[in-house]
Amino acid sequence: MSNSPSELSRRTVLRRAAVAGALAVPAVSFLAACSDDDKGGDGGTVAKTPTNPFGMKEDATVEVVIFDGGYGQKYATDGLEPNFKAAWPKATVKHTATQDITALVQPRFQGGNPPEFVNNSGTKSMDFGALVADDQLADLTELWDAPSVDDPNKKVRDTVFAGTVEAGSFNGKPFVLYYVSTVFGIWHSDKLFKDNGWEAPKDWAGFLALCEKIKAKGITPYGYAGANAAYYQWNVILTQAAKIGGGDVLKNIDNLEDGAWTNEAVVKAATAWGTLASKGYINPAFEGLKHTEVQLQQNQYKLAMYPSGDWLEGEQAATTPKDFVYQLAPVPAYDGSDKLSPAAVRSAAGEGYFVSKSAASKAGGLEFMRQMLSKKSARAFTEITEAHAPTVVAGASDGFAFPAGVKSSQAALAAAGKDVVTLFFDGWYQDLDKEARAATNELMFGRIDGKAWAERIQKKADAIKKDASITKFKR
Amino acid sequence: MRHGKYPFVAGFLFLPVLLYVTFVIYPTLRTFYISMTAWRGFSVAPKWIGFDNYKQLFDDDRFWQAITHHLELLVALPLITIAVALFFAFLLNVGGGSKGGVRTGVWGSKFYRVVFFLPQVLAIAIVGVMFQTVYRPDNTGLVNGVLTKLGFDPVALLVNKNTALWAIMFVAIWQAIGFYVVLFSAGMSSIPAEIYEAAELDGATRASLFFRVTLPLLWDTIQVAWVYLGIAAFDFFALINVLAQDGGYGGPDGATTTLATELYYAASKSKLGYASAIGVVLFFLTLTFAALTLRVTKRETIEY
Repeated sequence: MSNSPSELSRRTVLRRAAVAGALAVPAVSFLAACSDDDKGGDGGTVAKTPTNPFGMKEDATVEVVIFDGGYGQKYATDGLEPNFKAAWPKATVKHTATQDITALVQPRFQGGNPPEFVNNSGTKSMDFGALVADDQLADLTELWDAPSVDDPNKKVRDTVFAGTVEAGSFNGKPFVLYYVSTVFGIWHSDKLFKDNGWEAPKDWAGFLALCEKIKAKGITPYGYAGANAAYYQWNVILTQAAKIGGGDVLKNIDNLEDGAWTNEAVVKAATAWGTLASKGYINPAFEGLKHTEVQLQQNQYKLAMYPSGDWLEGEQAATTPKDFVYQLAPVPAYDGSDKLSPAAVRSAAGEGYFVSKSAASKAGGLEFMRQMLSKKSARAFTEITEAHAPTVVAGASDGFAFPAGVKSSQAALAAAGKDVVTLFFDGWYQDLDKEARAATNELMFGRIDGKAWAERIQKKADAIKKDASITKFKR
Repeated sequence: MRHGKYPFVAGFLFLPVLLYVTFVIYPTLRTFYISMTAWRGFSVAPKWIGFDNYKQLFDDDRFWQAITHHLELLVALPLITIAVALFFAFLLNVGGGSKGGVRTGVWGSKFYRVVFFLPQVLAIAIVGVMFQTVYRPDNTGLVNGVLTKLGFDPVALLVNKNTALWAIMFVAIWQAIGFYVVLFSAGMSSIPAEIYEAAELDGATRASLFFRVTLPLLWDTIQVAWVYLGIAAFDFFALINVLAQDGGYGGPDGATTTLATELYYAASKSKLGYASAIGVVLFFLTLTFAALTLRVTKRETIEY
């Protein structure tokens, strides 16, 4: 017996039900969530005094969410939080650590009861631009103008390195505290270089000459990880562009100025770096490797020079040979006609923290932040974290015995003097960062030239500039 | 009709319907609504912008790249998986000739059954991480370790734009085959032995047994497999997220992106309205596909 097309057999019905269920659930439902209206509020404050500048209730509960990544969470549980408790014995700190900040914190924003204090970092962090655009973050002007913990006659803003407030500002308003002072450059092993009598190159001609020598030794001269860390390389190109054309080159890029990417200095730097592939100075396999894999190769002396920030030494602690000795050299200058000195480096305050505007105790969050900017807490951060990273708090790590790598990056920062450059576009416009990464792999592995690289990213920058739905930032 | 039948039925249905409405119907409708808004996922209410998200989506090159990849997946993934799984299932169940009137598989078929099914018990993320090592572009990867030993240049399958999608698709097929071998084996075991016996008496070869007997009698099962694999082609995400270049964002340069990948990254950038619009497009594509497949492949079912 067979059934005609119009009849439904039991099997067919079940099958269709299964299909309908299978497609409806995963495709659509996971995005939807409900949003409550802004509850807002400071959750009660007391009178503001110089020792309690935000009027935090003494028995306030401060919920602290820490990103459990490269810096771990021990610095919070063993450093920042006990120090806060020492200052406010009646207050309660509710500590949470996670690697997935968005999953933990975003629903709390939707529910209108966000945690007071959040370390928004990692690949699963929330978009700062979006948080600012929707007015979710507490304005930190109040914090920066408050008396500092160590010296009540000094404002907090005067106890941190210059540029810290600006780094976390959006259109001139501070919303984010970037706590860790990071220096970027090109890393090598002191042992490898000393054994071979090599020296960190100062300019582009010297860099190419050194690459040739290293190549002759059977070691890959230079490389970065194309699979997930192409931004380490656009950082190098743009830092060199800034040396050629001055710090404004990067400012124009951040401000989405017309032709900022196709600027002569940027194209010149990109063209230079784009020639490494054809000379055989970069291993084509690196395009498919992750940063940890390439960094491991450097630890095994298979790769000589690697661009990164000064978290690298701590990140690689487990696989670095004892006598390896990380050293940072500034990105090589181009030639004698550069506008900045060859010692110029990119340095930025990194690792973002914010206070939620509509948290139950906004004052508690701000007070926690003020306490973490004390010298004692800042030093605890440097001592406890594996990277022994210096913070933005001036003088907090004086006399601390930094490991060799961080010591060299601190020395490079000091040597750069006023020639310290910085850039923000990747945090402001993630789409532009994505485009720059893709284009950089194309450039560095020899498929396009510097001009095409610049034009491609410029096109994206222009599109972002025109897109009214994207909130724009200026510096 | 007995008194009290409806309250009784309603009592049974209430809970499942409530669950279905809460977790399927409501979120689906809500997604349609959010796709018409600009919303960043915070406590600010979504702002109505009509079809702007869709306009932006249809202007996006990456969206069309993703659609192209779905079409490739839609053809290749079911076709290859079903063909290979059918072949294996045939060998495992009826390919070995008959013993005492019972069809058996080739020698060692019990062992192969376990081998084929093994990838299916591994979590997809583990499979992805495993294949990171298989495909690694230097000589520490499995493929390139062998190639360089044999004196060939290493290949960067995931880096090359022409091979990346196929390399990832291979992993999906490798993992899926075990399940479909079992599915088809179950279907084959319900085909009466007399039919094979009669065909063999008439002098049918193994090939004609397969094409003239097994395939037609298995049509219903194959159709189910096709729909499942088609949906898998639309939902393709996890392997790309683990294996693709650009940190899982469908790289190199969008050469492996899918709608789910675009959706995930839009959502992670707080563009929830845009992400919902992608979700809605995906919903209709999958729905259309399922409806089309069920209509086109409709045949007379043979019952025995």
